[in-house]
Amino acid sequence: MTMAATKKEPVVIEGAGALNTPLSGLLTWVDQRFPLMSLWKDHLAEYYAPKNFNFWYYFGLLAMLILVLQIVTGIFLVMHYKPSAAEAFASVEYIMRDVPGGWLIRYMHSTGASAFFVVIYLHMFRGLMYGSYRAPRELVWIFGMIIYLCLMAEAFFGYLLPWGQMSYWGAQVIINLFDALPIIGPDLSTWIRGDFVVGDATLNRFFAFHVIAIPLALLALVGAHIMALHEVGSNNPDGVEIKENKNAAGKPVDGIPFHPYYTVKDSLGVVVFAFLFCMVMFFAPEMGGYFLEYNNFIPADPLKTPPHIAPVWYFTPYYSILRAVTEDFMFWLALGVAAYATLIVFTSRGCLSKILAVLIAPVVIFLMKGVGFGMTFTLFRGTFLEITLPLEAKVWGVILMGLATLIFFLLPWLDKSPVKSIRYKGVLSRWALTIFVAVFLILGYYGTQPVTDLGTLISQIGTLLYFAFFLLMPWYTQMEQTRPVPSRVTM
Amino acid sequence: MAEQETDKGRRCMLVAASTVAGGIAVGVTAVPFVASMLPSERAKAAGAPVEADIGKLAPGERMTVEWRGKPVWIVRRTPEMLDSIKQSVDKVADPDSNKAMQPRYAANEFRSIKPEYLVLVGICTHLGCSPVDRFAAQAEAFAADWKGGFYCPCHGSLFDLAGRVFKNRPAPDNLIVPPHTFLSDTKILIGVDQGAEGAKGAA
Repeated sequence: MTMAATKKEPVVIEGAGALNTPLSGLLTWVDQRFPLMSLWKDHLAEYYAPKNFNFWYYFGLLAMLILVLQIVTGIFLVMHYKPSAAEAFASVEYIMRDVPGGWLIRYMHSTGASAFFVVIYLHMFRGLMYGSYRAPRELVWIFGMIIYLCLMAEAFFGYLLPWGQMSYWGAQVIINLFDALPIIGPDLSTWIRGDFVVGDATLNRFFAFHVIAIPLALLALVGAHIMALHEVGSNNPDGVEIKENKNAAGKPVDGIPFHPYYTVKDSLGVVVFAFLFCMVMFFAPEMGGYFLEYNNFIPADPLKTPPHIAPVWYFTPYYSILRAVTEDFMFWLALGVAAYATLIVFTSRGCLSKILAVLIAPVVIFLMKGVGFGMTFTLFRGTFLEITLPLEAKVWGVILMGLATLIFFLLPWLDKSPVKSIRYKGVLSRWALTIFVAVFLILGYYGTQPVTDLGTLISQIGTLLYFAFFLLMPWYTQMEQTRPVPSRVTM
Repeated sequence: MAEQETDKGRRCMLVAASTVAGGIAVGVTAVPFVASMLPSERAKAAGAPVEADIGKLAPGERMTVEWRGKPVWIVRRTPEMLDSIKQSVDKVADPDSNKAMQPRYAANEFRSIKPEYLVLVGICTHLGCSPVDRFAAQAEAFAADWKGGFYCPCHGSLFDLAGRVFKNRPAPDNLIVPPHTFLSDTKILIGVDQGAEGAKGAA
């Protein structure tokens, strides 16, 4: 005697013609042993999404599509690639020249990497516009931001693998960022490299991270991102909660089932995306040196840095922030911290935030070298904890670059507007977002260029504006006049 | 059995104890994995000294040798180049080489054993790029009154012909002078200090 399967209603399929009976029987058999139909209903057939999704709602699905594309092309590249300093560069050229169709798979993968960031940045911009990070979607946003950080790590690890000049010196610079951290820095960067210089050990471990560790983390995080989204429901361009207005059957009146409505709509998006993707992949895979940098067609040479090195375009806004922090800039940075603390002390409602501002701001300013205190301390001299204070501009460049990526996590709590969507926010929020996007693009542009005095000045102003967008958000979102939000979504 | 009450205090203690024990076990298990990423014995052993033949190095020229996987430059400086070092004293951040970026025998005006020969690790102290030569005294995009030195293409740090970093540039420190010793007038051993036991043996 066998154990009885879970008692569930038989699955009924319509429209499959002669296959109806055997197919229904099979699905019923599976469903009694695996939550097939409930998964299907919860996430597709009966997942109610707002009916007013617009253009900006294509990019989440496109990002998932590219993730699949990168994994599939990656598997086939690994079949021919050799992760060793002696063979890596040649094996990539072997893929490009001798492996049947290898060039296509590799260009698909390299174009996919840039396309991934294009759609992720558009996806994030959508979130910024429509307040998709606001309660109750904080965790959707946080999982998304962790995905973004993992994606940056994945791209960074992957960029070393072709073992070209840019691969090598890009990794050298980024790993040396950790060197700047006080106390643990030098040991940490040696540990990351696995050698005293970027070498074979570094390449091998980056390969392991790129093909195993980070992809696994990405898949798990994408799962968490979607589960959190489907728990709270999708936001929409109006920022109206469709779950607050349900019909007699308990379904949101402004919602439509994801399948078939949005699966069909997204199919169109996929076709248009694939068309654009193929145009780049076939006709401009290097994208003028932005997707594949010219210097990376020269094998890595540890003795010679290329005359101009720049990260790939998707990292350049942060790279500009790193380069903007010079000794001269420390004064302005200290002034910014002091002004921000003053703003909190005079206008914040909370007592705790005032106390924190008064306590933290002088410490931060004291830790900035060259600002005016003029004293130097070395603590724990001669031990492994030795640290010299105040911290140099180089360290602050690294700190600011790190904060520039991490500050996105705070958005759900920085935005204090009574409305979610930019459609109903006031003029200050509109300008803030416009300036932020412009600053992000300008920083991105200067990050690709060699250092000039003008470029540094613009990057410094851009850095201050970048942080102002986030740090002043609690003020400008509350000061402005918002417009009334409709009770139903608008089309 | 069903009537027996759960001893919540005991259960809580057991959960806490097994969590702590499990946490310690996980932490200890992580040690070999973290340790496996440290430089291997082979990587540690690959730091042998390197000999450089400077016999063919003309005045005003630079040669590069590889030591511990890093570029080491040897520059033969002309009297004009040495003169430019004196002129840059008020423009550089650490003119007297107070920070320990060189062996004690190179903590002098020209940061070298013999003024003519400069030996430097060719890695920028900012983020590890290799700066490029800009030896000619002429107006450059990065400095109009350029007297000659090194320029880091990555982040714009400038160094004079003694490897001293200019003020207000991303790099915090002077370029590193590696331990080195003259075996003869035309041979330098990189990686061994002047006057050290190894230098005599190698000589």
